[in-house]
Amino acid sequence: MAASVIKVAELGKSYQTAAGEFPALRGVDLDITAGEYVAIMGPSGSGKSTFMNLLGCLDTPSAGDYFLAGENVAQMSKDALAQLRNRTIGFVFQGFNLLPRMSLQDNVALPLVYANVDKETRRARARVLLERVGLGQYAESLPNRISGGQQQRVAIARALVNEPRLILADEPTGNLDSHTSEEIMRLFGELNADGITIVLVTHEPDIAAHASRQVRFLDGHIVSDHLTGEQP
Amino acid sequence: MIRPMLGEAWLAMGANRLRTALTMLGMVIGVGAVVIMLAIGQGAQYAVQQTISTMGSNLFIVLSGFSTSAGVRSGSGGGPTLTVADAEAIAELDGVANVAPTHQGSRQLVYGAQNWNTQVIGTTPAYLDARAWSLTSGGSFGDSDVRSATRVAVIGKTVAENLFGDEDPVGKTLRIQQSPFVVTGVLAAKGQNLDGRDQDDTVIIPLSTAQRKVFGTPFVGSVRMIMVQADSAEGMERVMSNVESLLRQRHRLRDDTPNDFFMRNLSAAAESEAETTRTMSILLGAIASISLIVGGIGIMNIMLVSVTERTREIGIRMAIGARQKDILLQFLLEAVMISFAGCLLGLTLGIAIALGINAITGMVVVISGTAALLAFAVAAGVGIFFGWYPAQKASRLDPIEALRYQ
Ligand SMILES: Nc1ncnc2c1ncn2[C@@H]1O[C@H](COP(=O)(O)OP(=O)(O)O)[C@@H](O)[C@H]1O
Ligand SMILES: [Mg+2]
Repeated sequence: MAASVIKVAELGKSYQTAAGEFPALRGVDLDITAGEYVAIMGPSGSGKSTFMNLLGCLDTPSAGDYFLAGENVAQMSKDALAQLRNRTIGFVFQGFNLLPRMSLQDNVALPLVYANVDKETRRARARVLLERVGLGQYAESLPNRISGGQQQRVAIARALVNEPRLILADEPTGNLDSHTSEEIMRLFGELNADGITIVLVTHEPDIAAHASRQVRFLDGHIVSDHLTGEQP
Repeated sequence: MIRPMLGEAWLAMGANRLRTALTMLGMVIGVGAVVIMLAIGQGAQYAVQQTISTMGSNLFIVLSGFSTSAGVRSGSGGGPTLTVADAEAIAELDGVANVAPTHQGSRQLVYGAQNWNTQVIGTTPAYLDARAWSLTSGGSFGDSDVRSATRVAVIGKTVAENLFGDEDPVGKTLRIQQSPFVVTGVLAAKGQNLDGRDQDDTVIIPLSTAQRKVFGTPFVGSVRMIMVQADSAEGMERVMSNVESLLRQRHRLRDDTPNDFFMRNLSAAAESEAETTRTMSILLGAIASISLIVGGIGIMNIMLVSVTERTREIGIRMAIGARQKDILLQFLLEAVMISFAGCLLGLTLGIAIALGINAITGMVVVISGTAALLAFAVAAGVGIFFGWYPAQKASRLDPIEALRYQ
C-alpha cells in the first residue's frame, strides 16, 4: 500500500461575505496516495477551487485537518508553507500566471531563486524543462510572444522545476482549445507516468477521462469518488 | 538571494522608466541640494577658519579715547590717552605674551616711477610675533630700530608686487611722505581679514619712525592702539580685566569716571564669526535635508502604487514559494536602488553645481568625502525607511487574496 500524499478529514472552509458566513466546503474527507491521478469535477461554485487552494497551502481551512505527506499543515509556519509550495507542490493555474516582464527561462527558473539555487543550475534546470515541454527555442522570449497553450506548458515547466511530488492544476485547460488541451493532458499523463501525483480540476468529462480516479463535488461536499471506467 | 533580486529590481525600475525617473528626481534634487549647501556652508567655515588662523590667536586691542580734563572731554583735538609707557606696563602683566603699541594710517608710497597707496603701520617687533606673521625674504626690524627711529620697512606681498613687480624689494629704498625707507623684508601672504580687507596691502615700520616722519603726531609717546596677545585662550579674560584695572590706575581714573579707552576682543569676535558660519552651514544642510524627506516620500508613494499594481505578481511569487521576507527584500531593494541611483545622480549634479558656483562667483566651496558618504548613507536610509512600509505591506499580503486580484 503506497503512502498517502494527501489526507483531508472533515475539511471545511467558510468565506466571510456581506450576507454573512458562506460555507464553500462542508466537511470533505479524501485520501490520495502517491502516484495517483485524480480529476476533481463538479459544477461551477461547488467548491473545487476552494479545495485546491487549501491543498496547495495557499489558503487555510476553517475546520478539519489536512495532512500533506503525513504532516499536519495547520501546525506549520508561514515560511514552512512557502517552503512546501516551493519544493513539494507544483501549482498550475487556469490563467497560466506567468510574470509578464520575465523571459520564459527566468519564469521557469523563478521557484529555484526562492530555493536558493545558484545561477548556473537555475539556468540549466530551466533549459531542461523548457526542452521537455517543447519550448526550448523560446527560452529568451517574453510570455506575450507565445500562444496560450505554449504559456500553459511553460507554467507546467515552472511547476516541475523544483521536482515536486504533487502537481495541483485548477482547470489548466479551461482557457485552451480542445486540440491544445489534448497536448497539455498528454504532458500530465507523462508526468504521472514518471510517478508524480496529480490532482486536476475540470468540468469536461473528456479531460477527466485522462485521470485514473474521478471525484465529484457538489455544494461543498464530495458526492462521488470512483475509478475512471467504473460506474459511480 | 540578493543577486537575482537586484536584477529583478533593475527590471522593475526599467519597466516604467518615466515613473522611475520622476521618483528619482526627488532624490536627485534632495541629495543635490544637501551637497551644494554643505559645500557652500563648509566653504564659508573654511574661509573664516583660514582668516582666523592668519589673524593670530588670543588677541585683543586697546583703543585710545581722548584725554579729558576735569571730566570735560576736550574733543577730537585732545591727544590719545594711551601711551607707549602704558604698553610697557601691560607687557609686565602676568599671562601677556606680546604687546604692540601701533599707530596706523593710509599713505602714498613711491618707488621709482611706481606709486601705491597703502596702510602704514608703525609698531614694535612684537606686532609680528602677536600676529604670527613670518617673512618670506629679508628680516624684520628690531627694538633698537624702534628706539633710534631708523627708517626701515617690512612690506606686505601686495605692496611688493605693486611697487617692485619682479624686482627683489629687500635692500631697496622706497619713500613714504618724502622720507626714504630701506626695505628689510617681505611678509608672508595672509589674504583677506574678516572684514574682507587685504592684509598683505600694508607696510610695517618702527613706531617711533612712523610718529616722527610719517604721521607727524604732536603727541610723541602716545599711541592710538595697543595690541595685546595673551598666553592662552583661558587667560584672555583675566588678562583683559588686569589690563583694564592697570590702565585705570595709570590714567588715575576715579571710580565714577568711565574708561578713557576701549577694549575689543578680536579672538572672540572671530570665534563668534566662526560660530555664525557654523550655524549657517548646519541650517543650510537642515533645510536641504527637508527636500530629501520629500524625495523619500515620493519613493514611498511610488512603491505603494507599485505594490498595488503588482499584487497579482506578488501572489504568483508566493504561490511558487516566495517567503514573506523574500517579498519584503524585493521591494526594499527596489526602493533602495531608486534612492541610490537618485543619490548618485544628485551627488554628481550637486558637485558640478558647487564647482560651477566656485568658478563663477569665486566663493569658497568645500566638497568633503564625509559629505558624499553622508549623502549615500542618507540615500540608503531613506530607501529603507520609506521603502519599508510598502515592502512590508507587500510581504503581508495573503497569497490567495493576492492571486485573485485583478
Ligand atoms: N473569496 C471568496 N469570498 C466569498 N465567497 C467565495 C470566495 N471564493 C469562492 N467563494 C464562493 O464559494 C463557492 C465555491 O467557489 P469555488 O471554490 O471557486 O467553486 P468552483 O471552483 O467549484 O467553481 C462559490 O459559491 C463562490 O461564490
Ligand atoms: Mg473554480
